[in-house]
Amino acid sequence: MSETIAATTAARNAKAPRRRRNETKRKQTIAAYAFVIPFLLLFLLMLVVPLVYSGYLSLFRSQLIGGLTFVGLGNFIQAATDPLFLAGVLRMAFFLVVQVPIMLALSLLFALLLDSGRLRFPRLIRLGIFIPYAVPGVVAALMWGYLYGDFGPFSQLAHFLTIPAPNFLGAGTALYSIMNIVTWGWVGYNMIVIYSALRSIPTELYDAAEMDGAGAIRVAWSIKIPAVRPAIILTAIFSVIGTFQLFNEPKLLQSVAPNVIDGAYTPNLYAYTLAFTDHEVNYAAAVSFILGIVIMIVSYVVQLSTQRRERAK
Amino acid sequence: MGKFPKRAAMTLGTVAIASLLLAGCATSGTSAGGTTSAVSKADITKAMNTPATITFWTWVPKIQSEVNLFEKKYPKIKVNVVNLGQGATYYTKLESAISAGSGAPDVAQVEYTHLPSFELSKNLKDLAPYGAADVKSQFSASAWNLVASGNAIYGIPQDSGPLGLLYRTDILKADGVAAPQTWAEFATAADKVHAADPSQYLTDIPSSNGSAFLGLFQQAGANPFSYTGGKTVNINLNSATGKKVVDYWSTLIQKGDISTDPDFTDSWYQGLASGKYASWVAAAWGPVFLQGTAAKTSGNWRAAELPQWTAGDHASGIVGGSADSVLSSTKHPIASAVFTQFLNSDKQATLDFATQQFLFPTTAATLSNSEFSDQKSPFYGGQQVNKVFAGISSKITGQFGSLPFMDQVYDSFNTTLGKAMANGGTGMDAGLADWQAAVVKYAKAQGFTVTTN
Repeated sequence: MSETIAATTAARNAKAPRRRRNETKRKQTIAAYAFVIPFLLLFLLMLVVPLVYSGYLSLFRSQLIGGLTFVGLGNFIQAATDPLFLAGVLRMAFFLVVQVPIMLALSLLFALLLDSGRLRFPRLIRLGIFIPYAVPGVVAALMWGYLYGDFGPFSQLAHFLTIPAPNFLGAGTALYSIMNIVTWGWVGYNMIVIYSALRSIPTELYDAAEMDGAGAIRVAWSIKIPAVRPAIILTAIFSVIGTFQLFNEPKLLQSVAPNVIDGAYTPNLYAYTLAFTDHEVNYAAAVSFILGIVIMIVSYVVQLSTQRRERAK
Repeated sequence: MGKFPKRAAMTLGTVAIASLLLAGCATSGTSAGGTTSAVSKADITKAMNTPATITFWTWVPKIQSEVNLFEKKYPKIKVNVVNLGQGATYYTKLESAISAGSGAPDVAQVEYTHLPSFELSKNLKDLAPYGAADVKSQFSASAWNLVASGNAIYGIPQDSGPLGLLYRTDILKADGVAAPQTWAEFATAADKVHAADPSQYLTDIPSSNGSAFLGLFQQAGANPFSYTGGKTVNINLNSATGKKVVDYWSTLIQKGDISTDPDFTDSWYQGLASGKYASWVAAAWGPVFLQGTAAKTSGNWRAAELPQWTAGDHASGIVGGSADSVLSSTKHPIASAVFTQFLNSDKQATLDFATQQFLFPTTAATLSNSEFSDQKSPFYGGQQVNKVFAGISSKITGQFGSLPFMDQVYDSFNTTLGKAMANGGTGMDAGLADWQAAVVKYAKAQGFTVTTN
């Protein structure tokens, strides 16, 4: 209480200069908002409004006979127990556990090799590993669809050797084939993120390590990897989000393997099928919302677990 | 953050929600296309002499030349042709325009299988009062059946897809096999072809194409679906006839004599071009399509009727084809209706469709027109392929209905019967039962009353 009075008195005493300062501050504030408005408008129009709209949609159920009825959280309850949706989420969780560590390990390895300065033509190699990321996902999936297919090089080779051709898109193999495509496409991107983090490590650390007699592997293990930890966590979280939103690759391979990759293969594909094949836009909106919540939870768990490990040190 | 932006954000939010609520309330207010009393000849003449512009959505390439014939005959009516390309996105656009309440065309091309879904939402105008019944006699019965629903007529047939068999005469000859006349002969031939070269199959029955498989159902005399407006749908995939067809293919697939590769994929095209498949169960739009896909094998292909269940029969089915329909939201119903009738029954326009755009004709006049039926194709060794398919078309009898949600029917085929086919043909019986169950389940969830006769 006394503090407030003191503050008020002080404010009263310094009234004149304060007003001028307020004016410049207000001008600056207005300018700041003016700069932010274009973003804010797009953000509202392209993200917030569609989000609110699909949230609104998800509270209804539309039927071909009977039309639109309000069902409250009915769609959410249905989705939480929908075996097709849950199977898709579990499939992606498995994908996450298998594919993401492999991809990030490869990215880290390539980044360390590039950073070691022991490679010839490092720029060429860097570009070579990065290029798949620049290939549009649609083109990549079509290309792999051909490579995996009946007239692709692997089958042709098998045919030539008169051994049974491998079925890359069978019930047991399709998921791994998709993992391969995603890894191929994203190793370069993650490598660049980790590599640029490596470049910002102060070189004095390396000199000190050398003085202490540490070899290249020891330097990598004890200095480089701990130093780029935030970058690795960042790529891990991006990968979590990317995995649960997997859509392009399965959607395009669906035409080649329609009986394996069904409309509910990934949660995102399921939402798409619901909306555009089954005319259940409202249920699709609810499924999308639950998927978003799943992604938030898993991302948070990943972040939390790495933080806890950090604190434990 | 100051006070102003928070309030602003709240206002924006409220506005957004309010507008969404409004949008939600304003569901399509288009009136039903129910029966109106017949329009008099005088009214038609008057309307056709009143300047009007109608919009026509289609995916037929270069259709302007046929539209020009209409504009020449009715100079007061302008037709604005919008070509949107074929595929699922076409219907998404059409449905969006209809539910938006503006921007929908007056006339739209719609596949026969998709007519019921627009009929269900009452977005199609019944053309019977506009003189459509008068042109009925000019069309083949099999095509007309697909647009008529009771006394109502929901479109004028534009093209059709009777099924035939396109086969490699050189491969069959090399394996000492005659062109199969019955399915029994076909099974023996399949065995021989595959035994002679294990990388070859007499045909491919795609595990990804429910629509093509339903064509085989139709040929065998099954009519699994019917919908005549209202709340009731009939779904009977699991009939005795359906089981007969499934059992037949199950045996061949289990023997390994027939492949089940998904169609319209890169490796399927190569399979047709490389001789992996020695025949293709194709609709009437297939022959021209195949010429482009397997150009290197020109001269080796022939067209024939489908093999028959009973020797001496001439049964077939229809896969694909479309009609031109008038949307109930049109402001120029008479001009639109007359346009659909002219475009698809005028002698010159229908002949041009058949010979320029290779649409398989639906009118008796064009089917028997020598300019169409006598065409010889070097790809088929000089055979008059059109005559073969015209013959098939004239012998198709019986009804074959569609449900108002065929996309879902085809989609669930892939995960049920198609899946069993892809897994080596075992359990196809159960696959058929699953397909039936999946379609029934969907129909019930959508509020339909389901009968299974």
